[in-house]
Amino acid sequence: MALSNVLEPAVSGFNFENSTRNIVLENGSEEGKIKAPTPMKTGTTIAGVVYKDGVVLGADTRATSDEVVADKMCAKIHYIAPNIYCCGAGTAADTEKTTDMLSSNLTIFSMNSGRNPRVVMAVNILQDMLFRYRGMIGAHIILGGVDCTGSHLYTVGPYGSIDKVPYLAMGSGKLPAMGILEDRFKGNMDLEEAKALVSDAIHAGIMSDLGSGNNIDLCVITKEGVDYIRPHRESIYNYKRQAKYKYKPGTTPVLTKSVNQLELELVHETVQMMETAGSS
Amino acid sequence: MNTRGLRSQLKDSVPVTGLCPQAGPYGVQDSLRRGFSSVKNELLPSHPLELSEKNFQLNQDKMNFNTLRNIQGLHAPLKLQMEYRAARQIQRLPFLPSSNLALDTLRGADDTIGFEDILNDPIQSEMMGDPHIMTEYKLGVL
Repeated sequence: MALSNVLEPAVSGFNFENSTRNIVLENGSEEGKIKAPTPMKTGTTIAGVVYKDGVVLGADTRATSDEVVADKMCAKIHYIAPNIYCCGAGTAADTEKTTDMLSSNLTIFSMNSGRNPRVVMAVNILQDMLFRYRGMIGAHIILGGVDCTGSHLYTVGPYGSIDKVPYLAMGSGKLPAMGILEDRFKGNMDLEEAKALVSDAIHAGIMSDLGSGNNIDLCVITKEGVDYIRPHRESIYNYKRQAKYKYKPGTTPVLTKSVNQLELELVHETVQMMETAGSS
Repeated sequence: MNTRGLRSQLKDSVPVTGLCPQAGPYGVQDSLRRGFSSVKNELLPSHPLELSEKNFQLNQDKMNFNTLRNIQGLHAPLKLQMEYRAARQIQRLPFLPSSNLALDTLRGADDTIGFEDILNDPIQSEMMGDPHIMTEYKLGVL
């Protein structure tokens, strides 16, 4: 039998078995090239700003799949550590999985060493992971957090490039958002100014980009804690249904009804005592 | 990021599958055990990452040992490789999944989570190789 796993055990990690088949399917014969299903992208506007006491991160909440809005209340600001949050743009599944793994790695580290992780650690782990896969993992990420060395805001590109700046925007709506940020950013803003700035930047992205829309989420990270405001500003185009669309009971007439009783016979009965564990 | 040992990642240090990767004991294609082969399939990897992922651990180790040799001298990688070789031999029977705990601890992979731990976990694999054939292959009797 010519099974490939007969002589050596299976290898864990990514499995490339189907890539030849996929290439053959896509280049296909003349009748039809079979197009692979496209992954859900977040087509986003995300932005971040460093202010006097910490970092403000903002994101819109629309996830698109080609031309359809796949998720109207997508959460794009992910938890990494108690003092670090990140916004992810790009392929939705890639950003979710990558940030989950990053969060797990940092939790293990804090358990090992008893310290809160630093933002540079998160950035380095992400950078190594994304560079290893040469950009195949489509995750454009903005990482922001406050640690013992201060407040930091980083961006990590899908190929592993990083940039450390006081204000940032990423995603398909980044150009309009960057315009607002470049115009009104000042060093050492206070909280309300920073929140208004990020919110306006995301709003500009929502207005000018098809892939961004719906509500605006904000996340304020300071030394004391995190304030996750979801939603900060709701879209004025709320999709409320105008009437009830359920069918009334009795709409479908019943034509016939027959009841068959199942005869069950008790064959065997055993009673087993469960060992409950001690106090919880 | 660890950039010091990158010279060892040049093309000639990455093992490429030869023209007959499924060579049996006589040096030719082992159709009985590995099935028919196609030259096109073996010559080029179908996915750009396939080759680099297959050799990733090897290349990481090579890079780390090179750096260690440059810093501390030849004895450091030699001693470490001796320990790795010993830890690698702690395995269950070939058809059962081994935890490789000692090897992971030596590598420092026991407190990191990567895609190797989440995707395609061999413990949860639905297929198992034939125990007799795999043990005979490992012992060289096959």
